[in-house]
Amino acid sequence: MKFAVCINHVPDTATKVHVGPDGKSIEKTGVNYVISPYDEYAVEAALRFKEKQSGEVIVLSWGGDAHKESLRKALAMGVDKAVLLKDDSTRDSFGVARALADYLRELAPDVILFGKQSVDYDDSAVGIMVAEMLGLPSAAVVVSMEITGGTAKADREIEGGHEVVEVQLPAVFTIQKGAYEPRYPSLKGIMAAKGKPIEERQPAPMEAKVETITMVKPPAKQAGKIVGTDVGAVPELVRLLHEEAKVI
Amino acid sequence: MSKYQGVDYYNLDDLLSEDEILVRNTVREFVDDNVLPVIERHYEAGTFSMELIPKMAGIGLFGPTLPQRYGCAELNNVAYGLMMQELERGDSGVRSFASVQSGLVMYPIFTFGTEQQKDQWLPKLASGEKIGCFGLTEPDFGSNPGGMITRAERKDGGFVLNGAKMWITNGTIADVAVVWAKLEGEIRGFLVEKGTKGFSAPEMKGKHSLRASVTSELVFQDCVIPETNLLPASGGLKSPLMCLTQARYGIAWGALGSAMACYDTALSYAKSRIQFGKPIAGFQMTQEKLVHMLTEITKGQLLCLQLGRLKDQGKAKFNQVSMAKRNNVYHALEIARMAREILGANGILNEYPVMRHAANLESVKTYEGTHEMHTLIIGEDITGIGAFV
Ligand SMILES: Cc1cc2nc3c(=O)[nH]c(=O)nc-3n(C[C@H](O)[C@H](O)[C@H](O)COP(=O)(O)OP(=O)(O)OC[C@H]3O[C@@H](n4cnc5c(N)ncnc54)[C@H](O)[C@@H]3O)c2cc1C
Ligand SMILES: Cc1cc2nc3c(=O)[nH]c(=O)nc-3n(C[C@H](O)[C@H](O)[C@H](O)COP(=O)(O)OP(=O)(O)OC[C@H]3O[C@@H](n4cnc5c(N)ncnc54)[C@H](O)[C@@H]3O)c2cc1C
Repeated sequence: MKFAVCINHVPDTATKVHVGPDGKSIEKTGVNYVISPYDEYAVEAALRFKEKQSGEVIVLSWGGDAHKESLRKALAMGVDKAVLLKDDSTRDSFGVARALADYLRELAPDVILFGKQSVDYDDSAVGIMVAEMLGLPSAAVVVSMEITGGTAKADREIEGGHEVVEVQLPAVFTIQKGAYEPRYPSLKGIMAAKGKPIEERQPAPMEAKVETITMVKPPAKQAGKIVGTDVGAVPELVRLLHEEAKVI
Repeated sequence: MSKYQGVDYYNLDDLLSEDEILVRNTVREFVDDNVLPVIERHYEAGTFSMELIPKMAGIGLFGPTLPQRYGCAELNNVAYGLMMQELERGDSGVRSFASVQSGLVMYPIFTFGTEQQKDQWLPKLASGEKIGCFGLTEPDFGSNPGGMITRAERKDGGFVLNGAKMWITNGTIADVAVVWAKLEGEIRGFLVEKGTKGFSAPEMKGKHSLRASVTSELVFQDCVIPETNLLPASGGLKSPLMCLTQARYGIAWGALGSAMACYDTALSYAKSRIQFGKPIAGFQMTQEKLVHMLTEITKGQLLCLQLGRLKDQGKAKFNQVSMAKRNNVYHALEIARMAREILGANGILNEYPVMRHAANLESVKTYEGTHEMHTLIIGEDITGIGAFV
């Protein structure tokens, strides 16, 4: 069975990002980049399926050379092959989905996995767009899944509970935090990954449907205010929450 | 608290390869997830976290520079150093475990052992199934190990060991001890297995330093071992010193990890602790301390990095290793003490890692050659005059 996992290379959520001088992209220097965490669950899921029933795991990423770092990490975790759809242009979810779909059409995997969202732009769109472009069934926000023969059963997180769905393969899944806590790459895996090539492909030129106009950081948090330290402060606290913060 | 991001004031990451960075980041994450949550508890109880052994082995932290045929990763020395740096950011005791297993047990078996000894021990030491220790120091011979009393005598196609070792990391929990003893007047290495008659390894108690590491005595009373337990290629004081050079190299990097943990803690504390109406980071004296800490860390990183590159080219001299160990441990201890000062009374609490690092580094400064011994090693090298006696 052939598994494809699409991963994005994003700023570590623990690093502080700043808006760059153009006012519509982030300042990249001094920022640590990682595999988008949900995508990492997807890599782990693919590796576990492969270990259970054999097959091949191919990981792909759309973006600049910097994405190789994340592809390399996926190789070190144990994926068989990595492909960079090399493009330095500004990303747009539709354009990225188009580029990935073009390549996936040719690759024809049985299972295509994404993270449920990329933690940079948070569109939660690319996986589902790819499914639509390829005319494949999809299941989003999957916490765990099982594959038997040509079908997959996926446990999805829905508001207030769970839903179990079944789809025919090939199909697309977007993975949520759940059963697939990612492994550490082993030092041996890292050394083995060193020798594996990363294939570079030239995708069709980015076709953006959306243009970013500005990017702003949320206003700085005000210092906290201590209203009092005993029961006597409660009425004043309630008044402030109601009248000033307007949260109750 | 926000996630630790490392210390890299001089963009030294630009000098590292992709795989070296990946090794470092992997061990960093491993330490965040597996060491930091349990270390204070073990430190207080005076126990080594045994659950860490299979986890560390699982990602390949034991003997990682040795060949793949023994189940090892075959890392270069810079990646190995970065791994030690990150482990010691967790705790010097955890790094000590890895140093002993890798540099002081697997390395001598690999270097001085027979094929049969290598095949028997290395894969199991790499997988953490077996634990090793290294017995050189004796109650009366520390800085001057050449004077050791422990003796081996040939008897009935084997050897009889008599003597005692002290201060041996992992001794009580080890399945195999690499023991240095004099055979016909020459220092040789021997493998002594746990449970051998005449061999015991009681744990030493009462340490105020390296509390999350096991330290033991090794006692040999007419302890009989087979002839096949001699490490045949070992001979002379040079053999254990070659092992120490391996371990000292890792310690030079490890000390940076402790220093980084302390600096990182002190910096964030200083930015948020308000006295006299402003963050203490805003006082010149605090800034002077923080700048000194960061500068010494950066210098130490450069020493280690070049030393690692030299080692990978087979050009590193043991005297150069001495300089890195001596300098980095000295400054790490100084940095830990400065961090303690910056934290005021909070600095003594186990809520922060600095007092633990400071106490640990006292051992690190003494073991693997004291600060003074490394001074004398480098002094002899540059002057041509030995000043040991
Ligand atoms: C926690 C811990 C773990 C250890 N683990 C191990 C281990 O796994 N295996 C092992 O074999 N050993 C181990 N050691 C022992 C360690 O290597 C020795 O403690 C060290 O070599 C110093 O020896 P000593 O303690 O006998 O001090 P001494 O040699 O007695 O030295 C005392 C002081 O005198 C100074 N001094 C000695 N000679 C001179 C001189 N000629 N000129 C100037 N100053 C001098 C020293 O620098 C030191 O400051 C460990 C020690 C500790 C604390
Ligand atoms: C074991 C222990 C027992 C104690 N017992 C008592 C007790 O019995 N009674 C009691 O009242 N207190 C006691 N203390 C508290 C002790 O006096 C305080 O810890 C001490 O005054 C420092 O205050 P702090 O810890 O809040 O540090 P901070 O005042 O927060 O200082 C943190 C760091 O900032 C530096 N700093 C602060 N302001 C400046 C400045 N303007 N310029 C430059 N540097 C600055 C300090 O020198 C220090 O290095 C005890 C403390 C300990 C550790």
